[in-house]
Amino acid sequence: MFYREAGDFKTSYAADSQTFPIAFDRWRYYFVIAAGFGLLPFIINDYWSNAILLPFLIYAIAAIGLNILVGYCGQVSLGTGGFMAVGAYTSYKLMTAFPWLDMVSITILSGVMTAIVGVAFGLPSLRIKGFYLAVATLAAQFFLIWLFNRVPWFFNYSASGQISAPERSLFGQAVTGPAADPSAKYLFCLVFAFALAWLARNLTRGSVGRQWMAIRDMDIAAEIIGVNPLRAKLSAFAVSSFYVGIAGALFFTVYLGAAEPGTAFGIQKSFLVLFMVIIGGLGSIFGSFAGAAFMVLLPVLLTNVLTGAFGWDSALARHFEFVIVGGLIMFFLIVEPHGLARLWALAKEKLRLWPFPH
Amino acid sequence: MPDQLLFAAEVSINGLMTGVMYALVALGFVLIYKASGIFNYAQGVMALFAAMTLVGIQEGRVPFAHLINSITGAHVSTVGFEIPAILAILLTVAVMVGFAWLVQKVVFKHLVGQEPIILFMATIGLAYFLEGVSDLMWGSEIRTLDVGLPQGINDAIDQGTFNAFGYGFFIDNLDIAAAIIAAILVAVLIAFSQYTKQGRAMRAVADDHQAALSVGISLNYVWVLVWSLAGIVALVAGIMWGSKSGVQFSLSLIALKALPVLMLGGFTSIPGAIVGGLIIGVGEALFEFAVGPLIGGATENWFAYVLALAFLVFRPQGLFGERIIERV
Amino acid sequence: MKTLATIAAAGMIAAGPALADLVIPDLHYRTGPYAAGGIPFSDGYQDYFTLLNERDGGIGGERIEIVTCETGYDTERGVECYESTKGQGSLLYQPLSTGITYQLIPRATADGIPLHTMGYGRTSAANGDVFEWVFNYPANYWDAASVFVNFILEENGGSLEGQTVALLYHNSAYGREPIRTLELLSEQYGFNLIQLPVDHPGQEQGNQWLQIRRERPDYVVMWGWGVMNQVAVQEAVNIRFPMDHFYGNWWAGAEHDVMPAGEGANGYRALNMTRLGDLPVFDEIQTVVLDAGLGAGEGNNLGSVLYTRGMYAAMLAAEAIRTAQEIHGTAQVTPAMVRDGMEALEITDARMAELGMEGIGPEFSVSCTDHGGAGMGIVQEWNAAEQQWVTLSDFIESDASVIDPLIAEDSEAFAAENGIEPRC
Repeated sequence: MFYREAGDFKTSYAADSQTFPIAFDRWRYYFVIAAGFGLLPFIINDYWSNAILLPFLIYAIAAIGLNILVGYCGQVSLGTGGFMAVGAYTSYKLMTAFPWLDMVSITILSGVMTAIVGVAFGLPSLRIKGFYLAVATLAAQFFLIWLFNRVPWFFNYSASGQISAPERSLFGQAVTGPAADPSAKYLFCLVFAFALAWLARNLTRGSVGRQWMAIRDMDIAAEIIGVNPLRAKLSAFAVSSFYVGIAGALFFTVYLGAAEPGTAFGIQKSFLVLFMVIIGGLGSIFGSFAGAAFMVLLPVLLTNVLTGAFGWDSALARHFEFVIVGGLIMFFLIVEPHGLARLWALAKEKLRLWPFPH
Repeated sequence: MPDQLLFAAEVSINGLMTGVMYALVALGFVLIYKASGIFNYAQGVMALFAAMTLVGIQEGRVPFAHLINSITGAHVSTVGFEIPAILAILLTVAVMVGFAWLVQKVVFKHLVGQEPIILFMATIGLAYFLEGVSDLMWGSEIRTLDVGLPQGINDAIDQGTFNAFGYGFFIDNLDIAAAIIAAILVAVLIAFSQYTKQGRAMRAVADDHQAALSVGISLNYVWVLVWSLAGIVALVAGIMWGSKSGVQFSLSLIALKALPVLMLGGFTSIPGAIVGGLIIGVGEALFEFAVGPLIGGATENWFAYVLALAFLVFRPQGLFGERIIERV
Repeated sequence: MKTLATIAAAGMIAAGPALADLVIPDLHYRTGPYAAGGIPFSDGYQDYFTLLNERDGGIGGERIEIVTCETGYDTERGVECYESTKGQGSLLYQPLSTGITYQLIPRATADGIPLHTMGYGRTSAANGDVFEWVFNYPANYWDAASVFVNFILEENGGSLEGQTVALLYHNSAYGREPIRTLELLSEQYGFNLIQLPVDHPGQEQGNQWLQIRRERPDYVVMWGWGVMNQVAVQEAVNIRFPMDHFYGNWWAGAEHDVMPAGEGANGYRALNMTRLGDLPVFDEIQTVVLDAGLGAGEGNNLGSVLYTRGMYAAMLAAEAIRTAQEIHGTAQVTPAMVRDGMEALEITDARMAELGMEGIGPEFSVSCTDHGGAGMGIVQEWNAAEQQWVTLSDFIESDASVIDPLIAEDSEAFAAENGIEPRC
């Protein structure tokens, strides 16, 4: 009843092409933003921040990045973990080499560095397509991890090869290191997630985004109508890697605080982020958030329910978690191959007509 | 011959043997991809599941013992007697066929005609699912798999080469057995697909779904058949790898070793899987031997991919893959 | 929103704290690639606490509540486990993973919860001056490297001149730990060191073992964990490497590492930080815990290497809590009190005998500066016919003159990076 466009008049092109054309949607969006920035920081505790919201926001950034590549440009990549490692190690080197540099610049520079590496590994995409490309990006994944593991310069010659993030503050508030306040860490990540999501939304509906989508839908046809595949593909790789690099930097500096390439940025990470993108919905910014929420929250929820409410032992619960997550993924793909974003859109469609479906 | 050359030869031969092991895993991928266009990431987990089932049956374990115990408070673990290897293998084959039927019936029947990436994702979901199920069924402890395959250095080759060159080559008996079994397996697969009715149906489906359907071939039946074959290949791979390292979780990671092989050989070619496996096996072994010590070693994981990538830049569809023809 | 509410509700249920008890979290891994090692350790850890509950009514009259959380050896799950259990009054953490340890060191330090990383984790945490909340007694990786060298030194009549030692290691933070120590020792004693990294998970070591076969090192020492151990032992058998010249560290010397290789593994040697054998405490666990159906696992691991080690870790934790109770005169201790207890911990032969584990570990005491304990290890050998480990040596001391400067150097670097003042 409240959710409809009747009475919502648009008098300009700008108003007509806005992201949330329906007033109710717009208000809901403002409400979520306001709650995210104004309310949550005051009520979250360590557990919510460190175990749930931080990974959610960081994975959402990575998922948006990968979604740009896979969902908008149609180039499947399995190198996300390796690119996240590039972001993490760049931020570590910058933090230790230039202690006076502030965290925002460090994070953005890490993204830039990752974008450069991403373009280099994106070059084969000009010749290799489909699953062959997906497997080819695994070369990046394995090579980068090996590199960070083998070359002592990257981990400042420490005995074990672990890197750990020193404490750095922003506006007098520590945002990295163990002493940082959970809400400061949360806000720091939220600002990045919000800004990057906003940027992604506007990139993807602009001319760059249209070029990407043309390449995705059929690259030869796109080339014929004048899209330069070299520029389109490499720019998608660059932007995507930039996002993934920022996610990797935040993942290491703010969330984990210490990392080892093999376990923190291994191949499972690449699959995890790809999962988020597909479960959430290819080619949808909202879908990236939904997918990240699904993959971060579901295991935690399942563990809590199975061990907490049913009192099972945690190993058994973990096995079931695998079964349930795997089963749900298949179930979702069968029911709605276009992901949570599509389900959400369908629900909205229904709501618009409610209570008069005909 | 100078020592270095002898060593390189030994490394290459062992690389070839490892390549056969990779090819065994890659074969399963090719079978399914060719017939249904599904890139089956779960192949590695299927090998784990098959090997665990085999050991479980052999040792006479009660499936889901841990689950039963914690729900009912009972204390069951084994049925009390062991089952001979050959019977256990047959039973495991039956389990894998049943699994293939279930997968087709419950999952992929509903996903016909979806985009490849969606199918790929579904198989990753399947991998998670199967991983959980196999742990629930048989527990996550390491198990020793022994179906009577020989293992250890082959003395004849050691002696022979020592007499000929003054340096005895090392070749593992298990690797030799694996090579022989792989050869038999490939021969049987080829014979099956060339000379039986089912095999011809399989090839027809691989060629063109619509045309196959219109001459009365049941797609469902063929796909169950293909998944069963992939399950059996997974069992063979599981036995080989499991005899080497014991049956445990890491077995599922061998899928990652098969991917560069597939890239190199092409997703659609059985000879490609074999040749690709051999090239990757030799290539990474030689690289580790010659260049590894200079740059710190442990290069096998990424070099296989880089090698495959280098090949792909020149032949984007893999060595034996079907030529990709693009039209607007 | 509805999902969030459900999660919040579920979180509440899970977090329902029972503050009256002594809460001990067990961050175990019974799934994933390293489950084979994680299961027996966790069984031993939990069963010992259950024994204390059933037999003595807990520690100092206060019952113990074990809170389990499955990490799967995954660092993120480890963090999640830590964050979700710390609010329940957890007294000390034993994560059994070097990766998770590195995540937890800064967090636990900030939260004031002690961390016991027994024979793994960050070696330089042995310097209590810098690492106030982290303990790694009774021995660390660098001790292990030194104990190994001292043992072969003795076997060779005090000289390793011209000998070759190959280090086969897991290519990760954990596997790289002994390199620096071994390099220093190789200079000191004049042996050559060959380094052979094996990438995770370690299923393939063909090339490494071909190299070993070509270069014929006198000794091979392995820093492995998980499937890497089984494969290495099998490959050593395959190339007919003399097994009594093949040594594993204490994470590469459990039953499941050698069993798959069968007869051939006979004679494989490994370090250990505890002695094995028929301890009276096992009988008690059998009757009080396992027969009553209270065991953490299936009970088939009782007495195995990692089970014993888990039980030993639990004993050290229980003794620290007991010490804390004595110091502070209260049965209901807090994490900070437990830390005091750990720092004042003294393990004597008499006490170990009293607990039914005579001679299980070395005598040692912990102090404000020294969180590393005795730094001793034993060498054990696998007897394939009997299917059991045979203890070869008494507790061997490590070379403090080599290790202490290394620890000082590494911990000072950490202190400088994080602005920590020495506190002792």
